[in-house]
Amino acid sequence: MAPPNVRGSSSNRKAQLSVFTGYLVAAAGAAIGAALLIISLWQPQAMAGLRSMVSDAAAPVGKAGASARTGGKGFFDAIAGYYRAGSKNADLEQEMQIARVKLVEAQAQTRENLRLKAALGLREGEIKPVALARLIGSTSSSARRFAFISAGTADGVQPEMPVVSPMGLVGRVLEAGAHSSRVMLLTDSESMVPVRRAKDDVVAFAEGRADGSLRLRLINLGLNPIKRGDVFVTSGAGGLFRPNVAVAVADVITKDGAIARVLSNPAATDFVSIEPVWQPEAVQSLSVQPGSAKDTR
Amino acid sequence: MIDPINPRARRDAFGSKINRDHSSLLAFGVPWLSILLASLTPLLPIIASAPIVPPLAYMLLLAWRLMRPGLLPLWAGLPLGALDDLFSGQPFGCGILLFSVTLIGIELLDARFPWRSFWQDWIIAIGLLAAYLVLGALVSGAHIQRGLYIALVPQFVLSVVMFPIVARVVSMLDRLRLLRVRRLA
Repeated sequence: MAPPNVRGSSSNRKAQLSVFTGYLVAAAGAAIGAALLIISLWQPQAMAGLRSMVSDAAAPVGKAGASARTGGKGFFDAIAGYYRAGSKNADLEQEMQIARVKLVEAQAQTRENLRLKAALGLREGEIKPVALARLIGSTSSSARRFAFISAGTADGVQPEMPVVSPMGLVGRVLEAGAHSSRVMLLTDSESMVPVRRAKDDVVAFAEGRADGSLRLRLINLGLNPIKRGDVFVTSGAGGLFRPNVAVAVADVITKDGAIARVLSNPAATDFVSIEPVWQPEAVQSLSVQPGSAKDTR
Repeated sequence: MIDPINPRARRDAFGSKINRDHSSLLAFGVPWLSILLASLTPLLPIIASAPIVPPLAYMLLLAWRLMRPGLLPLWAGLPLGALDDLFSGQPFGCGILLFSVTLIGIELLDARFPWRSFWQDWIIAIGLLAAYLVLGALVSGAHIQRGLYIALVPQFVLSVVMFPIVARVVSMLDRLRLLRVRRLA
């Protein structure tokens, strides 16, 4: 459609003035936006209060949708399960036999661990989750990877707390509202988690990449010992995440580490648990800004 | 004998023409409401590990602005962008700036090329969407690396392909907007 002719008549002074005012107001809007953008790039937490207030208001809608997602996924999984049922069954049985053996081995190791810890006089209490919550949604069209969860300060959630699913680490809380919080996922490019290889002590940093994978960067450079399929768990360095939570599995080997897939796919998770910061004193003594994740280890 | 008149003669696509008129609330509210609702897409139960969902609020803004010039005021980018920023995950101010600049840009374009077909509108939208996604990623506060822009390509392609669908949805909403629902006394 052609635009209404607003600038046609040169004799209509009022119309010309209102066109001019329109441009002026719009330019002022753009300038306000630019100023706010600079402020929020400089101080990422500046608008946190406003953001969490709005997401608190909209959270109930998202919660209803989240339960629908889980139901829908189960339905499609059930249909997909009928394909190749026979061969899958055979595979599963073989895996199960191996798993039984491994389970017994693991039980033996657990007992040995307990015995050794008792001998050393170490006491490691069970970590109780602060809250259980649903993953409501994520910023799926932005270059940043944030998710919303359905628990906030009313449930005891505070910024910096790790978010864990049964499959592994999901991310950490960035901003906490009263009944909803914003979580920085592992795949966000500002997220960095200290990890180690599950079977030995090869330490590395897991950085988020924009495309949904993680980049593992070895701390000790030299020969790259990582093999495809190696599982990495949190090392506990920095005091934020407790050790031995599964993080990623190496996929493509690079010169200084590997590209890894995240183990706990947030899309497939229903409930997540929010855990307390593992060593609050250590985190506090580092005294870093909660927003600048690159410095937070 | 007088022939009975065709019962549809006094109706059109927007309802009866007798004793009915457009409602100003509907006529001016529907574009705003549809763009505001599209800003809430991050609350949809889609948990993506890479940016993949098209920027729906921006696409609706483009579609409304290109189809109905003069309906959204020039300053509409400020409130619409502000609400989009609260949910999109971008730093606050990014949407305000990009929405406002887009509206001013299309206004200038309208003065130069007033008559366009849908194909030309689509090409304009492709250009603006590309600029929006790249600039949005640039100022998002994300660590700038080569993979970031490669990761934007699927989202861009999806946005381009979805623009005609969004435009069709907007034209359906436009028909709703102009329904004659107000009863004249």
